Amino acid sequence: MSRIRVLVGTRKGAFILASDGKRQQWAVDGPHFAGWEIYHLKGSLVDPNRIYASQNSSWFGQIIQRSDDGGKTWHQPGTPAGEPTTTPEGFPKAESNKFVYDTSASSGHTLTTHLWYDGTQHPWEFKRVWHLEPSLTDPNTVYAGVEDAAMFRSTDGGQSWHELSGLRGHGTGPKWQPGAGGMGLHSILIDPKNHQRMFVAISAAGCFRTEDGGKNWKPINRGLRSPYIPDPDAEVGHCVHRIALHASRPDVLFMQKHWDVMRSDDGGDNWYEVSGDLPTDFGFPIEVHAHEPDTVFVVPITSDSLHYPPEGKLRVYRSRSGGNDWEPMTRGLPQENCYVNVLRDATCVDSLDPCGVYFGTTGGQVYASADGGESWNAIVRDLPAVLSVEVQEFE
Amino acid sequence: MIRVVIPYHLKMLAKVSGEIELDVASPATLRSVLDALEAKHPMLCGTIRDQTTGKRRPMIRFFACEEDWSNESPDKPLPEKIAGGAEPLLVVGAIAGG
Repeated sequence: MSRIRVLVGTRKGAFILASDGKRQQWAVDGPHFAGWEIYHLKGSLVDPNRIYASQNSSWFGQIIQRSDDGGKTWHQPGTPAGEPTTTPEGFPKAESNKFVYDTSASSGHTLTTHLWYDGTQHPWEFKRVWHLEPSLTDPNTVYAGVEDAAMFRSTDGGQSWHELSGLRGHGTGPKWQPGAGGMGLHSILIDPKNHQRMFVAISAAGCFRTEDGGKNWKPINRGLRSPYIPDPDAEVGHCVHRIALHASRPDVLFMQKHWDVMRSDDGGDNWYEVSGDLPTDFGFPIEVHAHEPDTVFVVPITSDSLHYPPEGKLRVYRSRSGGNDWEPMTRGLPQENCYVNVLRDATCVDSLDPCGVYFGTTGGQVYASADGGESWNAIVRDLPAVLSVEVQEFE
Repeated sequence: MIRVVIPYHLKMLAKVSGEIELDVASPATLRSVLDALEAKHPMLCGTIRDQTTGKRRPMIRFFACEEDWSNESPDKPLPEKIAGGAEPLLVVGAIAGG
């Protein structure tokens, strides 16, 4: 029988929740990296024991951690457990935490600047890794979405990182601006049918696509409309909160924008709104059902000023028609006095049948549905604020 | 021998408890002490000083002999009591939040 591992990143450490395929009884392991912010953990599809984690602190900066045994033990990839921590010459090995924007002559992309809160230009400054996306085929290759927004790649299991500078340097970078949460690259989607094609999303810049493995990029934001920026239809500057796709149909993208739930049927070239009858179309995460490409999940949040569910009722909304028609999923979720938020990386689905759906809240609950969203149970209730949730399946 | 005290989270990261003792050539400076600290515990690279600029991270402070050395030149010789091991150099996470 399949086993399930849910990887939870929180404000104060990482937790690993384990169950069998029934997804009813759960064991909770953690905290790992206690006291540190864990923005994201994600395992390799081809080797589920390989898990990458982004460990961060406002005081001490960025640490990359890796597990090769499913989260039982961790090490910084540059300094494997049990090995000398320096070279014979005494030189530190800790390259795995080093994220340096590529301004080399060979890249052709100078550091440039981006738009700052006061309207001036501001140099790129690395702050943290928001999202780690392992390759679909190679456990040693992993992509990192970082703040200030850029994309890095490691091909040696996280030991060293190199910027895919064509994204930051393709031309619109000087128009990107941080949102209230910072200027982070938070979504990375790899086209399962063509691994050279990837989609990323940045707050507050928008969506971008590469067709050549990350060398060249173009903005794909036509159809987005954002009244909170000077030109609502601008090429970049949109605060995209999350994008999602179904593996069988990678030309269809779904987006939760700052406001508006959007859909594209042509790989992001054009977008149209599918908010339909949602009670509010503000929110952060969006997910697609594992087996039904037109079934989409969002968690509506009251507004950009009120980051909690409307009427204090925590509801996952599901559309089975690719948007516009939405139904609330409430069974097992608090329907009064609930004022938590669900952040952009804090939802996921497994591919068992029926499809499992998971999300974590800023109140520290992690909810699971083993029946496609029909009913929910809290796996845990009192973790620190949840930043990210990912699920792994293995035999 | 120089004694260095680092914050709790960095002790966990470096897998040490208590003070760290370092051999540093004279004259000892903040730069030479931190170089020695990072060489002995490379997992601390980037946690005290930015890996690109080499500058102190904004929320890290250095205290020596009850004086704030955070904004001193990294090449200024440390006080004799620090250099001789009579007093530890304190690497401190700034108080923040409520």
